[in-house]
Order: sequence, then structure tokens, then C-alpha cells
Amino acid sequence: MTDSITISIDGVEIPAETHHTILEAADKAGIYIPRLCAYPGLKPNGSCRVCTVLVNGRPQTACTTPVMKGMVIQNETPELKRLRSNLIEMLFVEGNHYCMFCEKSGNCELQGMAYRLGIKTPHFPYLEPKREIDATHPDVLIDHNRCIFCGRCIQASKTFDGKNVFQYIGRTRNKKVGVNADDGLGETDFAATDRAAQVCPVGAILKKRVGFKIPIGKRIYDRSPIGSEIEVQPKDAGSAQ
Amino acid sequence: MSEFENTIHTICESYGGDRARMMDIVRDVHEKYGCCSGKAMNLIARGTGAHRVEVQSVVTFYAFYSEKPKGRVVIRLCNDIVDTMFGIEHVARAFSEELGIGFGETTADGRFTLEYTPCIGMSDQAPAALINEVVVTSLSSDSVRGIVRTLRESGDPQKLVRRLGDGNNAHKLVRAMVQNGLRKKGPVVFAEMESGNALRKALALSPVEVIRDIKTARLRGRGGAGFPAGMKWEFTRAADGDRKFVMCNADEGEPGTFKDRVILTERADLMLEGMAIAGYAIGAQEGIIYLRGEYAYLRKFLENVIENRRRDGFLGKDILGKKGFHFDVRIQLGAGAYVCGEETALISSCEGLRGDPKTRPPFPAQKGYLEQPTVVNNVETFCCVARILEKGPGWFVEMGSKGSPGTKVLSISGDCNSPGVYEFPMGVTMAEVLREAGADDVQAVQVGGPSREIVGPEGFERVICFDDLATGGAIVILNSSRNITEMARKYMDFFVEESCGYCTPCRVGNVLMMKKLEDILDGKGQLSDLDYLHDLAETVKTASRCGLGQASPNPILTTLERFRPFYEKLLRTHPKNFDPSFDLRAAVAEAEGLVGRKSAAIET
Ligand SMILES: Cc1cc2nc3c(=O)[nH]c(=O)nc-3n(C[C@H](O)[C@H](O)[C@H](O)COP(=O)(O)O)c2cc1C
Ligand code: SF4
Ligand code: FES
Ligand code: FES
Repeated sequence: MTDSITISIDGVEIPAETHHTILEAADKAGIYIPRLCAYPGLKPNGSCRVCTVLVNGRPQTACTTPVMKGMVIQNETPELKRLRSNLIEMLFVEGNHYCMFCEKSGNCELQGMAYRLGIKTPHFPYLEPKREIDATHPDVLIDHNRCIFCGRCIQASKTFDGKNVFQYIGRTRNKKVGVNADDGLGETDFAATDRAAQVCPVGAILKKRVGFKIPIGKRIYDRSPIGSEIEVQPKDAGSAQ
Repeated sequence: MSEFENTIHTICESYGGDRARMMDIVRDVHEKYGCCSGKAMNLIARGTGAHRVEVQSVVTFYAFYSEKPKGRVVIRLCNDIVDTMFGIEHVARAFSEELGIGFGETTADGRFTLEYTPCIGMSDQAPAALINEVVVTSLSSDSVRGIVRTLRESGDPQKLVRRLGDGNNAHKLVRAMVQNGLRKKGPVVFAEMESGNALRKALALSPVEVIRDIKTARLRGRGGAGFPAGMKWEFTRAADGDRKFVMCNADEGEPGTFKDRVILTERADLMLEGMAIAGYAIGAQEGIIYLRGEYAYLRKFLENVIENRRRDGFLGKDILGKKGFHFDVRIQLGAGAYVCGEETALISSCEGLRGDPKTRPPFPAQKGYLEQPTVVNNVETFCCVARILEKGPGWFVEMGSKGSPGTKVLSISGDCNSPGVYEFPMGVTMAEVLREAGADDVQAVQVGGPSREIVGPEGFERVICFDDLATGGAIVILNSSRNITEMARKYMDFFVEESCGYCTPCRVGNVLMMKKLEDILDGKGQLSDLDYLHDLAETVKTASRCGLGQASPNPILTTLERFRPFYEKLLRTHPKNFDPSFDLRAAVAEAEGLVGRKSAAIET
């Protein structure tokens, strides 16, 4: 049973249906709420926290919070922008992201988000963790250096592919995406055609031998900033410094 | 089948191959083999229908589980702040020297592993350690030598218990050297009780009337947050579900808290009576006690209490002759993860998963354990429940403050003459608490553990209750010789180690705050660092997914607010764009190593 209701985001009234999350309702109305872990069709993970908005004054993640009648939501405030920038910077310094020679550059949602938020370089110190690369699979590579713990691959393998290739192992800052085998991805039933191979927002799960098929300059966020695919009135690339 | 395969198969079978019992299965494997190896994980996966990586995700989450072999005897020295105050470094050195290994290491003969662990709930008898499941308290470098000698001779940690503690610590199913330190008994929790009295009165009422009594008593959860218990029960009762559950939170992980330990030891009956009443009120037939792994030494005893209550008709079918009211309880042991005290993480853990908190909404009252409506309450809360039903809500509200009726059991430790457990009426002033504990030189008090706040003398007229100095029970007293900034650093270290790692702000932000604090303590701080810390703290507090992260900046925020001079004396002003935390020497060291000579340009 779904009901149509109205909520407001930054003073704009938008329609919503009660089975929607705030993020879904905003998307439908052409309002972009920044996000990194949410992915259409997957159960929201709620881990990146970039979609944090104020709901009736209280911080909540838009991707996990169901809409309710009369919700008053703030999305674009200086405080939330600051908060999101901090979160994005945290993800940068936590791993080892060398965008300048990363195959994913230009298609990377983390990089795209940094550009959109006007981050030139993180003001936090790099933590420079030692992380591994798993190249045991013939067609797909996992570079843990670039993983941002969005959880998409874990969910996608279950939900889209009907498999169970991934799960988090370890905890605290030592956690990582583990694979369902003794020794690496190559031993699992993972295939390059799996949807789980397509959902990584960054360059952590990469198909081998296709890295530069699309040249730099012709990639998704080279053309228009992240989020413009949703916004009714997209920001022009220039305004994102 | 090999012997190994057979054993693991049998362990899985003993839990019906139910993957929701993963915590128990992995624990049993550890008991047998000292670790849960890759081979074991494959077999567990087969025996439960789980995937290998799912088993691994559990094994690698909990501090007490391990993929790699550990010593037959694992020594876990508690490195909580109170232990630090009472000479843990001598104890640590003695262990290291006697065993010939460092922390995090295992002896070559595979007999001993030495580790640190956060607060094990023994702050009133610190320094303390867990040796396998055996608790050893009041350690000194001398006692450590004796301990290691005994362990070398017998290999049996139980042999370390020479003198038994008081009360039920001496019970034949406990046999621990732990002391209750129960210094003040109040009318609610520690008054004498007779099993069945409260339950009988509850069963004479309708479930709705029971909830009404809890609401009239304005009972608020004793775990720390102070959420109204009656309201929680009402939501759970109203929620749709095939089954409903009552969970008792006995995870007691907040550093400096140990009152639940004493309640479990001396008032388990009262607590179980409260759980049964909750079951009746919300319509649940099943209860789970989530007992922290550190308190495993109480497990057999508690199982015996449960068994006795079954025998007496307080648990089981048609309780006290009430047709159709069935309620039973099992114990779920944790395995060393503070976050599992958070109620949704606790539920994850009971389901045999990593102790990650769950997305809210839905709340446990709607979808909790196994997606069914679930009430989670603290050990002490259930004791209050039983007493309210026994003596009436009117009796209860006469004690304590308006917003927080009743009593509060406090765990007091640190710089005072009489550390231990005290049951005070709610609304007691901090000054009165300090007086009773025999603390005369007091620079500060950490109230409610690192998740809450530090209070200086200007706050000693404030009162213990959920509307002022809220606490799950921890009171740690610091005298004038204690370094407040250093204490904040230790508490941040605790959060860094105990973050589940699920969400960005808590996983990364705490590390960043801690690094900055280290720089400051190292003399590499500058005034602008305080703004940097504030900004980070704000992000972590606002954006974190669960209460752990939302509270983790508090050691910094409350010390900055109330003990700012401690920071300022460490900070310098520097010319713009000069970063004192940048170490040029270290930055060029690797390059220097490569070229094989020192850089001439750097003055040393
Ligand atoms: C990180 C974290 C740890 C917690 N640890 C405990 C604990 O050890 N014991 C406890 O009763 N509540 C703990 N809580 C609070 C529980 O989430 C929950 O609120 C409580 O068990 C509810 O019971 P109550 O209302 O009776 O207090 C913790 C919360 C957080 C965020
Ligand atoms: S705040 Fe986030 S990372 Fe920290 S314990 Fe909670 S869910 Fe885990
Ligand atoms: S998109 Fe909502 S938390 Fe990541
Ligand atoms: S550009 Fe490589 S991970 Fe983002």
C-alpha cells in the first residue's frame, strides 16, 4: 500500500510516495542529494554518510530514511557541504588514491564528488595504509587501495547475481572486502559479466585489459559533473571550480 | 571423515546447523583448537549452509576470535585508563619479561599469547587481566611472576585462583577471585528479594496493565540513554510479528562500568524475573541474555540460575500456572567487541553476524532479532522492572528525581579510597558521590565513560540523573596528578580500536582526531589545531551511523571545553603556513636511504 504525500527539500515542495526513501523521492523530483554508496536496485548500505541531510533539523541519511508526510529536509546548507567535504576527504586519505594514473579517473564517483564539492586537495593527513591487490582472477582485479567500503559489490553479488562472492572481513580501519575462497577472487565463481563487477564507484574492482578503452577526456564526469544526470537544472561544470 | 572434520561437524550439529548460532559454533571451535582456521571455516560453512566468507566475516570481527593459531593460554591484560593509573606498565613489562614475548605475540612453543584488551569490567580491582576465561585482579609485577610460574607448571589458569571472592564469586560454578565491592545497597536493585513475588503480581494483571505500571513508574533505561522503558514495550507489544523477543543487554563495555557484573553475580534472579515480566507484557516467549565474552566466567552460574528458575516454575511453560504464558531464556556469549553493546549490533551478533549496527528505521521494536519485534533493555533496567511490579509504581517514584525516579547503580573507580558498586537514589549530587567514595583530591570525574563527559569541580553540584549527569554507571575519579589530555588520547584510542568500521566518519574521523591529539601531545601542535579538532568532531558526531561514533568525539569535546589550559600549554603559535607536525627529517629519510647519504640542506 502506498500513499502520495508531500515533503519539502530546501523549501521546495515535492511529491513522494510512502515506500520511497528521501533519496528516491529527491531523485524523482530532479533534486540531487550527493551519495556514494547508494545504488539503484540495491538495499541501501548507509555507510558513506555523504547523503546526510537534516530531517526536521536532525541528521539522517537520505538513502535509508523512508519519507514521511510533512518532512522538512535541508540538503544544500553550508554546514552540510562542509560535512560532505570532510567525509570525501576522509575517504581520500584513508586509502591510496592516485587519480592521475588510475584507470577509473573520469568515471570515478569519488573523484567526481570531490570536483563537485570543490575539493582540490584534502586538508587531512594521508594515512597511507598498506593494502593488497588481488589479481588472481583472469578477468577482474581487486585493488584494495582504492576501496571506499560502499558495500555495493557485496549487495550486487547477492541481489543481482544470485551469488555470494563478497563480504566484509576484519573490523575498524582494518576491515576489507573479503572473497568467498581460501586464496583470492580467482577461486570464486565470480565472472567479469557479473553485475557486481560493474557497480564499484571507484577503481577498486576493475576489469582487466579494458582500462583505457575510453580515453581520458571522454569519460562520464569529464563531460558534466556528477549529479547532473539527476538534477533538473544541472550545475554547469564551471561552477564546480 | 577425519577427526577434525568430525569434530567440526558435530559442533555444527549441536546447534542444529543453524547459522544464526555462528557465535557459539565459532566459540566451540576455538575452545577445541584455539583458533578458527581456514579449514575450519570451510567446514563450518558446509555444516551451516553459510558461505565461507560469511563465516570469515564473523571470525575476523571479534577480538576473541582468530583465524591464526594462538597460544593455549591467552593472557589479555586490560589497558583501560584506570589500569594505567595503577601501574599497568610494570605489570605489562613483567608479563613480557617472564614470557619473553611482546604484546600481540605468541611464544614459540605455542603455549602463551599476550595481548591488550579494553576494559574488562574490573576497574575497581585494577590492574586486571583475563587469562583464557579466568579473571585475575589487583596485579603487580610480583604477582605476575607467580602467575606465569603457575601457568608454566600446570597450564591451567583456574589454578591461579587461590582465594575466592565474596558472595557468589565463591559459588562452586563461579570460583573467581573477583570481589563484588558492593559498598552501598539500595532499595531497588540490591535489597533482598524473594523469587516469584514480582512475577506473581505481574501475572495477576493484564499485559497492558503491566506496561501501564512501568509507564507510571516513569522507568528509564539504565544502560545509559535513559529511554522510557514503558514506551519501548508498548511499541513492541503493538508491532506485528510471528515471534517476539526480550533481550537483556549484559555487554557492559563502557570503560569504567562494572555494576552489571555485580548485579549478574548477586541479583540474577531479580533480572530474570524482570525479563519474564517483559515477556508477559509484550507477548514474547523467548529471551536472550547477551553476556559479554569477558564475563564468560559467570556463564555456568547463570545457566544454573536459569535452570533453577525453570524447576521452580518461573521460566518455561505455563509459568506459575498461568495457562498459555510460556517464556524461556538462553545466554548468548559475546566475544570482545564493545560495539555489540549497541542494541542493533547486539542483535546482529545474536543472529550470528558481524557486530555491525543495523540501519534504523526500522527500530528493534518493529524489526529486531530475526526481523521480529524485540525489546532490548539493560540488566539493571530489568531489576527495576521486577521491583516496580513487586512494590508498585507509587513506591518507585517516591525515590529519585522527577525526571528519573528510582535508584542508579554506579561503578566507582579511580582515585578514591573506596572504589566499588554503589546504589544511590537518582538525583544525588556528584559531591555526595565523591564524599561517599572517599575521594578528597579530585581534579575531574569522567561520568558515563568516554561516551559521556568529563566534569571538573565547577560541576560537582550537578546531579546524577538522565536530565543532567546521565550515566550508564561509570564514574572514574581523577586526582590532580592526572594528565587530562593524555586521558583524552587514551579514550580516543579506545574508540579507534572499537569502531566497527562500517561508516566513514567513525572509521576514519576518529583516527584523524587521535593523530592530531598525538601531535599535540608531542609538542607539534599549534593553536589552529583546536579548530581543526572541533570541525572533525562535529562531522563525526553528526554523520556517524550509531551511538558509538556519535559519542566518540566527546573525550575531546568535553576536555576542550572544560580543561582547555591543558591543551593551550602544549600549543604554540607559528607563522602562517608553517606546519609544526611536518617532520622534514622523516619525510626525506627513505630517499636518503636510497641514495646512501644524508641531505646536507637539513639542519639537525
Ligand atoms: C557503542 C554503544 C555501546 C553500548 N553498550 C551498552 C552496554 O554495554 N549495556 C547496555 O545496557 N547498553 C549499552 N548501550 C545502549 C544500548 O544501545 C541500548 O540503548 C540499551 O541496551 C537499552 O537498554 P535500556 O533502555 O534498558 O538502557 C550501548 C550503546 C552504544 C551506542
Ligand atoms: S558509528 Fe559507524 S563505524 Fe562507528 S561503530 Fe557505529 S556504525 Fe560502526
Ligand atoms: S549514500 Fe547514503 S550513506 Fe552512502
Ligand atoms: S580515480 Fe581511481 S579510485 Fe577514484
